[in-house]
Order: sequence, then structure tokens, then C-alpha cells
Amino acid sequence: MSELLRRYGSGITYLAVGLTAFWLLVLVIFPYVGLFEQSFRLYLPVDEINGPTDHYTVQNYLTLFSNPQDVTFGVGAATTTFPFPIHLWVFLITIIYSGLATLVVLLICYPVAYCMAKVMPQDRLPSYMLLLVIPLWVSELMRSFSWYIILSLKGPLTIVLQSLGIITDPIHWTWGMDGYSGIFVGLIYTYILFMLFPMYNAMTSLDSNQIEAAEDLGAGSFKKHWRVIVPHCKPGIASGSVTVFMLSAGSLLVPSLLASPKSRWFTEVIQQWLFESHDWNSGAAYAFILLFICTLFVTMMMRLFKVGLADIAK
Amino acid sequence: MSKKPSQIALQAYAYVFIAYLLLPLIVMCGAAFNDSRFPTILPWKGFTWRWFVELYNDDTIWQATINTALVAIAVVVLAVPIGTAGAMLVNSLKGRSRALLYGTMIAPILTPGAVIGISTLLLWYKFDVPAGLHLSIFAQTSFIAAYVMLMVLARLQNFDGALEEAALDLGASHSQMLRRILLPHLYPALAAGAVLAFFQSVENFNATQFTRGASTTLTVYVGSKVRTGITPTIDALAAIMIGITVVGAVVYEITRRRNAAKLAAAK
Amino acid sequence: MTASVELRGVTMDFDKYRAVDNVSVKVNPGEFFSFLGPSGCGKTTILRMVSGFIEPTQGQVLIGDRDMKGIGPNKRPTAMIFQNLALFPLMTVWENIAFGLEMRGMDKTTRRTKAEELLNLVELPGVGDRFASQLSGGQRQRVAIARALAVEPQVMLLDEPLSALDLKLRQHMRAELRAIQKRTNVTFIYITHDQGEALAMSDRVAVMSRGKIQQVDVPQKIYNTPANGFVASFVGENNKFIGSLTSVSNGQGKFKTDISDFVVTLGEGVGKDSKCGLYVRPEHVGFATKPRPGSNALPVTVEDVSFEGNFAVVLMRDKAGRRRSAEVRNDPASPPPQPGTSTYIVFETDKALALLDSEAVAYGEKD
Repeated sequence: MSELLRRYGSGITYLAVGLTAFWLLVLVIFPYVGLFEQSFRLYLPVDEINGPTDHYTVQNYLTLFSNPQDVTFGVGAATTTFPFPIHLWVFLITIIYSGLATLVVLLICYPVAYCMAKVMPQDRLPSYMLLLVIPLWVSELMRSFSWYIILSLKGPLTIVLQSLGIITDPIHWTWGMDGYSGIFVGLIYTYILFMLFPMYNAMTSLDSNQIEAAEDLGAGSFKKHWRVIVPHCKPGIASGSVTVFMLSAGSLLVPSLLASPKSRWFTEVIQQWLFESHDWNSGAAYAFILLFICTLFVTMMMRLFKVGLADIAK
Repeated sequence: MSKKPSQIALQAYAYVFIAYLLLPLIVMCGAAFNDSRFPTILPWKGFTWRWFVELYNDDTIWQATINTALVAIAVVVLAVPIGTAGAMLVNSLKGRSRALLYGTMIAPILTPGAVIGISTLLLWYKFDVPAGLHLSIFAQTSFIAAYVMLMVLARLQNFDGALEEAALDLGASHSQMLRRILLPHLYPALAAGAVLAFFQSVENFNATQFTRGASTTLTVYVGSKVRTGITPTIDALAAIMIGITVVGAVVYEITRRRNAAKLAAAK
Repeated sequence: MTASVELRGVTMDFDKYRAVDNVSVKVNPGEFFSFLGPSGCGKTTILRMVSGFIEPTQGQVLIGDRDMKGIGPNKRPTAMIFQNLALFPLMTVWENIAFGLEMRGMDKTTRRTKAEELLNLVELPGVGDRFASQLSGGQRQRVAIARALAVEPQVMLLDEPLSALDLKLRQHMRAELRAIQKRTNVTFIYITHDQGEALAMSDRVAVMSRGKIQQVDVPQKIYNTPANGFVASFVGENNKFIGSLTSVSNGQGKFKTDISDFVVTLGEGVGKDSKCGLYVRPEHVGFATKPRPGSNALPVTVEDVSFEGNFAVVLMRDKAGRRRSAEVRNDPASPPPQPGTSTYIVFETDKALALLDSEAVAYGEKD
């Protein structure tokens, strides 16, 4: 800060510090601290708050593990039904499907990023990028909603397949994968570009000479990618994975638009706590659990790919 | 130059990918013109403008649009100075304190919007501030300022500190130096940051959904309409928004190409 | 208007690192004064203290006999030419030059006129509306000078301004800067690591190393009577002999090395028990096949002779395998000895200087 004082004088320095303090304290730190604190308090009627019955407790978190209901798990004939804490179930499903979606997005994007960076003729690239950028700027809402139309019961997908004779009756597209197929497909489509751009950026910084050197030294296609290209892309992969996972696990639009009667997403549970049960304390606890799992994922990615925080953002 | 078959296949894959990205949006736009009560393009029941007319007459959507614009402007007004201040502060530090400050600033970007929304809601509730668009402004600013900060920081880092010293050496006061030397250098980042902030605000759903109370924004309104009943007016709205985006993208690309050509010609 | 600059007991500490150590020196008004030394010697720090960007940890900086403590760079009567020039990229050339005037509230037309005057002064008429990026290196230099002169400083501070230029341009700019200084009579404080530059341009030079001043003097004295071993090695070429004094009398002494004895002149502050080295410049080294007894002579074998135009550099090795060099004027009538020859180098006592070792380290110094 003495550096700032020296360069800009006291007026500007105090303004800069003040604005930053307002941002970090009022808009970031206090809310999170408040959330954390609130999650440990009991849901009490107004007059009992701060009274004798009010004390700190982990009960709100434990609710996650309570309330067992019957859940089914498995594919086709190999399904089992067993009682399991329902919220925990929803949480696990959310994490698993988000992770799966992240993986699928990674696999889809890798060849595209590689093509854009190394294979596509460079004069075509600007036009290609322009087309890519349109779905991004159009907003998450539009992207989710477009699949709503496609996957609707009497929607275009059904009609096309019916006219081609592939299916006879309309299919509930969102009911597959135990009711999560719509959400799964929607997550992939909606968030895929958040993986593509970081990966592409990482790939462009790879010197073509390195790839040629690898080929020269006899590396086959797989080796070439696995040993030379993928390691170089690590910051991009980490950054993209973190973003896609976080957006998926924390998504509200996709799970609600592409829902099926059986689907529930963890964020919807949080919404229920807040706006239906009006139990903000449990809502806070669950929100914190969501935050925790995302932070865990970020840390895991950073460790796995040995990248720092600065590489992940933007 | 002959292309390896693997390269041709790869490029074909890339084009399929683009089609995969754009087709759903085209379908959605198409549904805006289909004379069918249910939003779809098949079966095609005839071309019509009526959904656009209904959209025009929908008062809630107009209110939501106005709200969205006001919130976005407020976010720009808050996020750009805050992000700039943050960037200047970070840039003046080194080592551990810099890393710590930087990490705290980008943490909101790595946080789910729902968590940002809820925590904002709960904090202000403690001070008896009710839910409403003002809280949405705070929630959105918390992470949008971080994006602005990143853009300004990048621009700051390629700023020659000697220019500041030269200005002071020639007699400029601190505020004169800022106005005539530093700010002009930062303008591109500030402008880009403002544009980014605006559009991030407009499209925000998660944080806004939890903090808005009874008011609504365009994105939230459309997103929640699915529960109450969809008509192709939503597609009409989508078509308009997509249309604006396409026009914006094309204009941006044309400008960029013209500038690049000018630069190349000047060499 | 011109002013003196004085440093009184100035020390600068950056945490544990002492960049400038108790420096006291006075620059006279209208003088072209250089601080010469290798990187890290503290000359840049001194310049920044005079300009006001840092305050000394101890001591005083006075300009025109006024203590500058607490006075910021924008309030001091100094103007600086930065090493990378720091021309404002988003402003035209004339706006750059007129910047200082703009800060003082001068109106646009007057500013523009003054800028044009200065462009004429530095011999760059007509480029006012261009941008700095459109000019060549030498032209940008002159714009930087014009910009600094515009605020009519009493002291100009120049931070190695010529280091980025190519050789011919550098030599041209040396003459230019000198001419401008003489014309405007502004006090110039110039820092450089190029001793040729410092000696050619300055009225006086301060040689620095490791934060301490080694010698302050006119260029001739710096070259001919260096105060210690550092100055002798850093400025110009020198043959250094390691050894010690065995006896002294009357300003002269006997210097003993591992392979010979010499009669030498004692440098500043050298006494019988001083730690010192013997320094003989290559141009003072001659050749003799049979040196007179009692004279300073050293047997050598010639290794290489390189022709440099109006002189030749002869590289040799003595019996202990150390490199010695001599500079011989180009005279076809008496050519230097050829490689492979064994001969003697000889030098006069008054050119053989026993100088104090300083804890300063000269750059590139071996042996």
C-alpha cells in the first residue's frame, strides 16, 4: 500500500482501498461468514432466537443424513431398491452426474480444441470462432431452453425419428437414466463452451515444433497426445473442468427446465428449504455443503494437474 | 498439399460440433415463427408473427426487461470502479499478500451462483433489508467485479511504470497523472469490462433468483415460466435475443477485421 | 536558470541491502557531471534520490542549497531522461513535449508554439504531429530531451540515455548532448557504465562501486591518476600486478611480485604496509630486447597482435603465465614484435602506479 501512496497520492489510495474493502468484506467475506454461522443455528420461531433455546448445533448438516426413503439404483433389469437418506441421495446423484458430464464434455472438447489449434487452416479460424461465440453470448438460459424444446414429448426430435421410422410412439426423452437423461444432456450442451475455450487457449500455446519433434522421434498418435499434448493442456483442462463441474452442480435452470417426474437436483432442495419450508438455516447448511464440494473439486483439480489458482480463473 | 485422412476426419468432427451447438438455437428461433400453440418447429403449422405481437403486449416482460436493464447498469456502475480499484491494489503488492488478495478476489468466480445468492440474502436479512433487486445487484457485483478486476489487471501489468514517473517528474500532480496517463491506457480494459459486466448481469440466473424477492428480471422470468406454461412467446423473445447477439457478433467481427487490415496496411 | 546539486552523507538502505553508502559530493551549477560505475554500484539510486522518487535513509539532498526532503518529484526543479525514454505513447510528439507546460496550466496555443521552438532546438522540425512509435531511436531521444527542457529545469538527470542506441548514433548523440548542455547551461547529472562516454562528455566524473564513491575528478585525472585499483581497472585498460611494497621513499617505492621487482610511483594514500596492486596502462608499455639494468622490465612471450587501426594491441604472457597487454602506435617503421617472439616489456616508473586495493570489485577483473 505504501507503493500506491507513493505513486498515486493519498486520495486515490484510500479510494482504492475503500472500494476493495467494501467489495471483499461486504459483498464476499461477510456473506460467507454469515452463511457459515447461520448454518449452525436452529430453526426457531422469531421470539426464541437468541434466547435460551438457541445454541449452535450441527443438526442442520445432519439432516442431510436423515429421512431415509426408498431409492432405486441400477440400469434396466439390475435395479435394486433400498432405503437411503433422501437428501444425501440427491446430493450424490448431483455430484456424480455433474462429474460425469464434466468428463463427457472433456472428451468431446479435446478433439475440437486440438483441431482449432493445430489442424484447422488458420484463415478459417476467425469465422469458426465467431460461430462458437454466438451460443456463448446468447446466455445460459437460451441454451438450456433450446433443449427443452427439442426434448419435449411432442417435440422435433420425436417427430423426426418417427418420420424416419426409427420409433413409433413418442418417447419421454427426459426419463432415461433414471429420470436424469434430459438434465445430463442439457448440462453437457449448456456448459460445454466453458471447457472448450480454456482448452483451446492452453493448446495454442503449445509449440507445433514440439509435436513434430514427438512424431519425429516415433511417437504414434496416442502417445503423441498423451505424453506431449495433454500435459501441456493441463491448465486448460483443470480450468475447464472446475468451471463445468461448478456450473453443473450449482445449476438451477437446467435441472428445472429439463426435469422429469423422478429427477431432483441438489440446488432444488436448497431452494425448497428457503422458499417453501422457510428454513433458512438448513438452506444455509446445504448451500455450504455445495460450496464445500465445489471447493474440494477445485483443490483436487489443482493438485491433480499441478496448477495454481491464477491459472484456473479466466 | 494432401491432407491426412485423420486430419480431414478431425475437421469434419469440428464442423459437426458447430452444427451441434447451433442447431438447437436455430430450432428455437424457428419455433418463434411457427403457428403452433406448443413451441416446436415440427409439425410446421404455418408462418406467423403472432408470438412476437403477444410478446410486445406482455406487460410483465416489459417490466422484467426494464428491471434487467436497471440492474445491469447498476452492476456496471459498481463493478467497474470496484474491479479497477482491486486491480490497482493487487498490482501494487508482491509475494504472499498479493497471492492472498488475488485469491480472495477470484473466489466468487469459483463459487456457485446459488451460494452467492443465498449468502447475500441471509446477510442483509440480519440487517432487516428485505429481498429485492438491490440485493441482486450486490450478489452479481461480488463476482462480476472479479471479472473486471482480471481484465484491468492484465492491462495494468503491461503498463510501463516509467510513464507515471515521467509524468510526475514533469510536474503533474497525482490526479493529473492518473487522468492523463494511466486512465487513457486503461480505457480499453474498462470498456471491455463494462460490456462484459453488462452482459454477465443480464444473463445471470442463479444469484438473482435467490435475492430478487418479488421483483423479476428477464432471465428469471423466462426461466421460471416453464412451470406456469410455455407458449412460443418465449421463443419469440429468444429469437430476438439471439438475433441481437448474432448482429453484435457480426458487427464485432467486421470491426475487428477492418482494424486488422488497417494495421497490416500501415506496415 | 541553473542550480547546484549536493549530496551530504547520503545513505540508502533497501531493507538489509545498502545501495548507497555515505556519499557526499557537490555538483556545480552548469556542470556536466557523470556518475560512472558497473551495474549495482548505486548510481541509479542516486539519480532517483535527486529526482525525488525515493528519499535517502540518511543524509540530505540539496538542490540550489535547498534541502529537498519531503519534496516530491513533481515539485523539484529537476527533469529526467529515462533509460527507456518513457515517451507517452497515446500522445503526439508535440503533446509529449508540451506535457509539463500543460500541467502548469498553459493554454494550448502557447504550448504548441513552445513545443515547436523546442523541436527546432533539438533539430527535429515538423514532426510535432507524429507519434513516438513512428520515430527512430535517435529522434525519440531528442523528443525526450525536448520534453525535459520544456519545463526549464535547473537540473537535468540522464539515466544511461544512450545505451539502447547503435554505435554511430551514440557517438553523434554524445556530441549533441554536450552541445545542448553548453547552450542551455543547465546542470547535467549523467549516469552510465560506459567509461568512454563519461570521460568524453563530462566536466567531472564520480566513479562509484558498491555504493561508495571511489574518486571524483576531471576526466584526465581519473584516467591518468586513478585513486585506487578499482578506478584503474574500471576506466580504460590496465595491466595489474599482484605483489607488495618492500620499501618506500619520497613518493616512490619498490614493488615485488612473484617473478620480478619494479620501481613504482606511489598512488594516493599508499604507504609501506598498504595493501596495493601495481597498475601499468598498455599504452605506457614498450618493448626492448635488452632492457637497461635497473629499469622496470618483464620477460614475456608474444601471443597475438591485433591491428586496431591507428594502434595495435599486443597480447603476451609472462613467465608465470599471466596475460599482459601493450598498445603500440601504428608506425610502419617500428612494427610491434610478432607472435612467438620472446622479448621484454618495459615501462617508466612514473607510469607504474601502486594503488590501494579497494573492496570494490571491478567488473571483469581477474588475477
